[in-house]
Amino acid sequence: MEGDGRRHTGEAMPIAVKVVRRPASGVSYLRATLKGMAVTLGHVFRPKVTMEYPEQKSTDEWTLSPRWRGTHRMLTDEQGRAKCVACGLCPQICPANCIKLVPGEDEEGHRYPLIYEIDEFRCIFCGYCQEVCPEEAIHVGVHYENAEYQRSRFVYDLERLCAQTHEVSTLWDPSDPKGE
Amino acid sequence: MTPELKGFLVAATVKVVAVFSVWMVGVMLATWLERRGSAFMQDRLGPNRVGPAGLLQPVADGLKNFLKEETWPKWVDRPLFLLAPLMSFIPSLITFAVIPLAAPLPGFDFTLPVVGRFTYHGPIPMVVADLPIGFLFVLAISSLGVYGIVLAGWSSASKYAMLGGIRSSSQMISYEVALGLSVITVFLLSGNVTLTEVVAAQQRTVWFVLALTVAFVLFLIAAFAETNRLPFDLPEAEAELVTGYHTEYSAMKFSMFFIAEYAAMITMSCLIATLFFGGWDIPFTEWDEGPPSIARFAATLLAFGAKATFFLLCYIWIRWTLPRFRFDQLMELGWKVMLPVALGYIVVIAFVVWGADRTGAPEVPVLIGVNVVATAGLLWGLDRGRLLAGAGRRAGVVA
Repeated sequence: MEGDGRRHTGEAMPIAVKVVRRPASGVSYLRATLKGMAVTLGHVFRPKVTMEYPEQKSTDEWTLSPRWRGTHRMLTDEQGRAKCVACGLCPQICPANCIKLVPGEDEEGHRYPLIYEIDEFRCIFCGYCQEVCPEEAIHVGVHYENAEYQRSRFVYDLERLCAQTHEVSTLWDPSDPKGE
Repeated sequence: MTPELKGFLVAATVKVVAVFSVWMVGVMLATWLERRGSAFMQDRLGPNRVGPAGLLQPVADGLKNFLKEETWPKWVDRPLFLLAPLMSFIPSLITFAVIPLAAPLPGFDFTLPVVGRFTYHGPIPMVVADLPIGFLFVLAISSLGVYGIVLAGWSSASKYAMLGGIRSSSQMISYEVALGLSVITVFLLSGNVTLTEVVAAQQRTVWFVLALTVAFVLFLIAAFAETNRLPFDLPEAEAELVTGYHTEYSAMKFSMFFIAEYAAMITMSCLIATLFFGGWDIPFTEWDEGPPSIARFAATLLAFGAKATFFLLCYIWIRWTLPRFRFDQLMELGWKVMLPVALGYIVVIAFVVWGADRTGAPEVPVLIGVNVVATAGLLWGLDRGRLLAGAGRRAGVVA
């Protein structure tokens, strides 16, 4: 018992071990059990927190944040053309290197994207492309239902990016733009 | 064939088929109840998609398990690996045969074209096999169940499964002692080990839970341990043993273990209802003990089902309340608390029965009086470890 006691006080131990002293007597396991059973039974009759997803996508307590960064959307002008001017900033800043941009130029000298593709599999949804875009053309979206049957379908081309209709991310809190 | 033999065969076949199919549906409902019950206790909803309120979820699960690939790990002992799920499935199935489910039905006498006349004289007992050895059969068969688990652990060639199997064997053997001893008091009162007689004795006197609360508590705890349910699911112990003895199993072989667990739960719930809660007896009325009729059969079956379902719910309730015991705590509780209490209780009850017999005092009030004292004493002694400290007090830790 003496030698055993030292083990628990941790005096002669090379590594300091904190031994929590639990009261071995004075604890009623019977009462603790009954109390626990009362708790679990009480929870049976509580309102449930489950959100039944496909039917119910938000509740009063929870909704998708407006700052959510999901799959991209290209905004368009009044004529339905992409706002993108193919400046090349987004492929430049993209840390995942998932944006493919081939610029073109029309007769009047306006630049536009010949090819604009985002590989949503490589994308890390950092939102830098939206932040860097001078024309507010490319945006990350408040959207998460992206399932596809083929891997190739995850490379979104310009047409598809323009056709998205979901909300775009605000990226920062409008009431606190500096993040303070 | 005589009409009597044909009648007997028909009655027996119908009973077996009916009991088996109702019981398998019961297993399915039990898994559903477990998942929904656990979900509700955790403020979730649980499976509620397949069928009304998710009732068909077990069907979908079963179908999935049928279609899944049967994996055979490389070093398994193939014959034993295949035998183990059966060995745990079948005993839990057979035990059910001796449990009386309802009041007897009236006999029948009818004649069919071609096959002829069928007769069954007297009431048809609603038990698949009314064995004279009754509960001894339950004990014998339920201890076979441990072989399935041990064989699964042994043949898997996996350290986790092996440990699970070893744990299971020591646990089952330890708690079988307490289980058997706690029931001895029941048989002291009923004077017979046949479960139909136990029910009849309770109808004559009182439900044994009122006379033998201590035995009931011991039996309940031992039943949890015997069915490997939390807080005694050491053989599975996900946290330390992956899932113990069925770690290496997949698909339908795994499903067999799963069904066996729930089947054992149902059987144990039915046993508790039979031994301590009057079986199919309906309380506060003598009506159910009258001559056999369809109405009495239906009502008593309902009563029995309600009692058994209640204990099934208790299983689930306790599982989602209590954490798992440590192994030394488990053994201490079994050998240092339950065994002495059960032995002492047998002596007490034997003296009460003997004394009441000698003095001619009415047995039931005396038993209930003794029971109140014994239960209060046990609770007092166990609470805060005043007299007996099982799980919870570790050797060497100073208070």
